[in-house]
Amino acid sequence: MSDPARLWVFLAASPLFWLTATVAAYAAADWLSQRANRNPLVNPVLIAVLLLAALLTSTRTPYEVYFEGAQFVHFLLGPATVALAVPLHRNWATVRRALPPIFAALAAGAVTAVTSAVGIAWVFGAPFDVLAALAPKSVTAAIAMGISQEIGGNPALTATLVISTGVLGAIMVTPLMNALGLTDFRARGFAAGVASHGIGTARAFQVDPVAGTFAGIALGLNGLLTALIVPLMIGWLR
Amino acid sequence: MLHAILILLGCQLIGEVLARGLDLPVPGPVIGMALLFAALQWRARLRPEAADIGALPIGAAAAFLLANLSLLFVPAGTGIIRQTAVLTAHGPGLIIALVGSTALTLIVTALVFVAVARRTDARPQAGDPS
Repeated sequence: MSDPARLWVFLAASPLFWLTATVAAYAAADWLSQRANRNPLVNPVLIAVLLLAALLTSTRTPYEVYFEGAQFVHFLLGPATVALAVPLHRNWATVRRALPPIFAALAAGAVTAVTSAVGIAWVFGAPFDVLAALAPKSVTAAIAMGISQEIGGNPALTATLVISTGVLGAIMVTPLMNALGLTDFRARGFAAGVASHGIGTARAFQVDPVAGTFAGIALGLNGLLTALIVPLMIGWLR
Repeated sequence: MLHAILILLGCQLIGEVLARGLDLPVPGPVIGMALLFAALQWRARLRPEAADIGALPIGAAAAFLLANLSLLFVPAGTGIIRQTAVLTAHGPGLIIALVGSTALTLIVTALVFVAVARRTDARPQAGDPS
């Protein structure tokens, strides 16, 4: 048996170790979520991130080294986005009938997401560059980072705010909708997708396939609309 | 399964090429989703008797990816460890903005959806058999 310190030096630098750690942390988090009957507070993304953050911090591993391995999982976000076409196709009859509420809710939700976030942070005295990084926080990371860069925000901060919003939305959607007495899975899923992009969509697919389909539509449409309205709205703040 | 992987990657690749080539503000995978959706609709129209998409490898691959969608956000989520300083530097304001705005957006979106759906769901649709 070779020296354990040398073995660790090899493992800590190997993509295989961090890829396996990512899948293992998620498997543990998903097991907990299942054990809790998918209670929204036991969010698998949040738990897996906390486990990995603890591991990276305690082993002093830089995020870049971690990402060398984790990128193989991250890469699958692209094919998974393409795969949203399948539930959209299967539920197209339901979606086609709901086009008026889809576009009305999209417009209301997109404007609320941007104005409420920027408004609250502005009241608390956040500087312009933080407001710019915050404005697109409800849309999928790739689009949000592009918008942030365009209007003078920091894309890395935007990525963090986007992920935080996703986890918050996934945790809040079920209790909020139950409190409002809303049982329409189209509306619940669509709200999850508008407010909290892919992580909200992942939660919606966990609950109901129709909710997941509507969340996927919301994620795509809100990405487009927010890219159009944020540069216009942020102009007023300068 | 090989064909399913090829279809998903191929749609994403064409989407990326179109997004960059035409300088579209939409990410490549979203265009790829639109392409796959159009192809599936076309297939259903040409061959209405063909097998349901759920029974095909592309249906199984999509179901697998979407059932584990949360996993795919973990690597980006772990990136938060680099940004904790900024998140805490702005005190409670940024956290309150995130929590408040997310809750408001969920409520407004769902309520508007339900209010409009109540008016339009009752109406007969153009394509409905009467």
